Amino acid sequence: MIGAGPAGLAAAVAAYDGGATDIVILERDDCAGGILNQCIHNGFGLHTFGAELSGPEYAARFYGQTGARGIRCEFGTTVLSVGADRTVRAVSERGVAEYRAQAVVLACGCRERPRGAINIAGTRPAGVFSAGTAQRLVNIDGERIGSDVFILGSGDIGLIMARRMVFEGARVHGVAELMPYSSGLNRNIAQCLNDFDIPLMLSTTVVEIRGRDRISSVVVADVDGKLAPIPSTAREIKCDTLLLSVGLLPENELAKSCGVGLDKTTGGGAVDDAFMTDVDGVFMCGNCLHVHDLVDYVSAESAACGAAAARYVLGQKEKERSGAEIVTSGGVRYCVPQRIERGGGKLTLRMRVDGVYKKCRLAVFADGKELYSRARPVVTPGEMETIELDAARSAALRAADSIEIKLIRSEAAQ
Amino acid sequence: MGKDCERIYDCIIVGGGVIGAFAARELMRFRGRFLLLEAGNDVAVGTTKANSGIVHAGFDAAPNTKKAKYNVLGSRLMEKKCRELDVPYKRNGALVLAFGNDGDIRRLRARGMTNGVDTEILSGDAARTLEPLLSDKVTSALFAPSSAVVSPYELAIACCENYTANGGELKTNSRVKTVRRGARGFWYVETDGGVYLTRTVINAAGLYSDDVHNGACADGISITARRGQYMLLDKAAKPVERTVFQTPTALGKGVLVAPTCHGNTLIGPSAETVDDRADVSTTADVLGAVFERARLSVPTLSKRDIITQFSGLRAVCGEDFVLGESADGFFDAAGICSPGLASSPAIGEYLAEAVAAKLGLAENKSFEPRREGIFRFAEATDGERAAKIADDPRYGRIVCRCESVTEGEIAEAVRRGAVDLDGVKRRVRAGMGRCQAGFCTPNLIRIIARELGISPSFVTKSGGGSTVLGQVKYDGDR
Repeated sequence: MIGAGPAGLAAAVAAYDGGATDIVILERDDCAGGILNQCIHNGFGLHTFGAELSGPEYAARFYGQTGARGIRCEFGTTVLSVGADRTVRAVSERGVAEYRAQAVVLACGCRERPRGAINIAGTRPAGVFSAGTAQRLVNIDGERIGSDVFILGSGDIGLIMARRMVFEGARVHGVAELMPYSSGLNRNIAQCLNDFDIPLMLSTTVVEIRGRDRISSVVVADVDGKLAPIPSTAREIKCDTLLLSVGLLPENELAKSCGVGLDKTTGGGAVDDAFMTDVDGVFMCGNCLHVHDLVDYVSAESAACGAAAARYVLGQKEKERSGAEIVTSGGVRYCVPQRIERGGGKLTLRMRVDGVYKKCRLAVFADGKELYSRARPVVTPGEMETIELDAARSAALRAADSIEIKLIRSEAAQ
Repeated sequence: MGKDCERIYDCIIVGGGVIGAFAARELMRFRGRFLLLEAGNDVAVGTTKANSGIVHAGFDAAPNTKKAKYNVLGSRLMEKKCRELDVPYKRNGALVLAFGNDGDIRRLRARGMTNGVDTEILSGDAARTLEPLLSDKVTSALFAPSSAVVSPYELAIACCENYTANGGELKTNSRVKTVRRGARGFWYVETDGGVYLTRTVINAAGLYSDDVHNGACADGISITARRGQYMLLDKAAKPVERTVFQTPTALGKGVLVAPTCHGNTLIGPSAETVDDRADVSTTADVLGAVFERARLSVPTLSKRDIITQFSGLRAVCGEDFVLGESADGFFDAAGICSPGLASSPAIGEYLAEAVAAKLGLAENKSFEPRREGIFRFAEATDGERAAKIADDPRYGRIVCRCESVTEGEIAEAVRRGAVDLDGVKRRVRAGMGRCQAGFCTPNLIRIIARELGISPSFVTKSGGGSTVLGQVKYDGDR
């Protein structure tokens, strides 16, 4: 397993329980837990444990499970490359090591989109952080990163950090969101913004950063229907800290190094329902496959991935590569898995939509026939949708030559 | 004499950019007491760190100018200097594109011939064979095989390391306030830290070289700051191998699609005159316009590949370099805008030889021209890595995962003079990758604080008030 975050840990436990007991988890940090270690707020584990744990507590439960099974974890170890032959090269203070594996599970997580990638003009002073970096500095290093904060991006990380900075004694002047809706969980908008009277500025973006040595202000502006800033609406907001929560991108460098075919929409690998990529024996799960919003789904997905990897290694699962590719339409942005194998059990499909749609339904078609439909009062890009098919429908889908997942809007106006 | 003699230098170099750095380094071929004064908190923090990094072949400079002379000389010297200094150099060649009318590139070829530079006119198809992503509208192109790319700040930093290793003195945070003629023919160079006496002065003060000149010389010069904004593309986007120019305009060499020697690609620059010599901001409209112009050369350029933007200021003084002995013992290297970087080794040699000749300095037989750079984990073989880690385990801890930079390299960068995040970044590339220091910043702060023996609260991005961690405000401040 590459990565001892929630994905790698869950996959390792499931693989072990599936009979593949010769496992090593390679982790670049000095401890397990991944991004959960800095997520000290609670709300993790509602589905998995029926409890509201903090990030580190959730991670500790899974790490405990690996410990109970004696699964080896190598910390301070950064993987340099993964070959198509599943040779893994990694470096640590002990030197450069090469591992040969029958299966490799990429559980590398994701990274944040930086300022440079969204082209904010202006000066380049200190005090501009991506929200995750700020979270790390505050929660793990115990540092106070600023006093007057402005946040761009109302995804969950931006919202959580808004509240976090208030707890650190800073003033948070507002959260700007490019879209006309927030992609964060509703409970976070309530508990992080509304509860602290932090204004949420929808359809707004930061157009300029000012300040010589340290940031002294941002210029924000409204955006139009095409998300272009409207210059006449520009106004300056003084701050000494800007947090950017402007998108997460799967960490797919290692996938690229072994030739894994990527999905252009997710940025992660294209996988079958056993989470295997188009490179034999290379599996992907968690945020490096597609960015999740609930860690419970990461754990569920990764457990399925680990179990599949074990079946593959033990020879129980023949590599087939037959079965149909899933086509998405009508507002469904992507689906994981991207294709279905002929053989196998019940299917779980996870997807995201590309906008806010009310009173719609998600429908699955096999060879043009509607196989399954679920009505949804509202779907948003910020909340992943999961479709779990029963045995009969799963069998039908596996047998199909063409599969489509479609978002169908109701006749009534939105 | 007595005490005074201990403080008299043979030459003071004002400015630690690539020009001053090369001059200082070349001066070490001679025996004397030298002092380099840099205003910033590190070397290479001005124009040197924000330009295209191109070692121009020399066909563009107007014939019979200093620009032409030193460009061509410098272009020929650069590879050897880079090998000695252990900094990257890549002779990737350049193309100047013509869209319909090839008059401009023919003029450039003729100019090149006058300057002594080999070029070739290619058809549009031949150009596209070399660079498949060039626009269909390219009808012909000038090819200059001797054009190269370097890392300008690494070059300046390496010159300074080599200079000090050979015994030269270097002081940062030493802004020169005035240079004036003093008693007994010495020059008095005044900084906040004191007054230095010297027999000769080299003015390589970049954007402020007019201030330095005008205090020292009877006439006056005036520097205009010309800003160039750039965008940098991810290493994964490799649109071209060669440096791709459009035909030059009055303001500059036009918008480039320019590979860097590290594998990124630069798009830019713009060319705008700015009043504030410290204004290195970027603007959305100019960046947008520059990108669209670059698309004329390579239509498939995608904004999704942009990882950062920056701007740099060039010091312009008339049409040519201001280079020479402007007053007795006072040597100017002012207005060194493009092709300044390409010219820098030749300018450095010229200044050093001029000073040495003026003072009758003896040869320094123990001059060591070679400088060993910091170990580059990213470029090493596994065997080299294993050996380095066995010697120092910190080279096995990767801190910057985008560029594969280890803790050992970062600590060494601080040992060699980096005092802030940007200084580390320029020396070992930590923070230059696609996540733009999002991942490595916490560790960089910790390592820099530890190596400098300061609290993390005082670690800055680029000196001055640019502390990365916030200042504590008391209730009274609100």
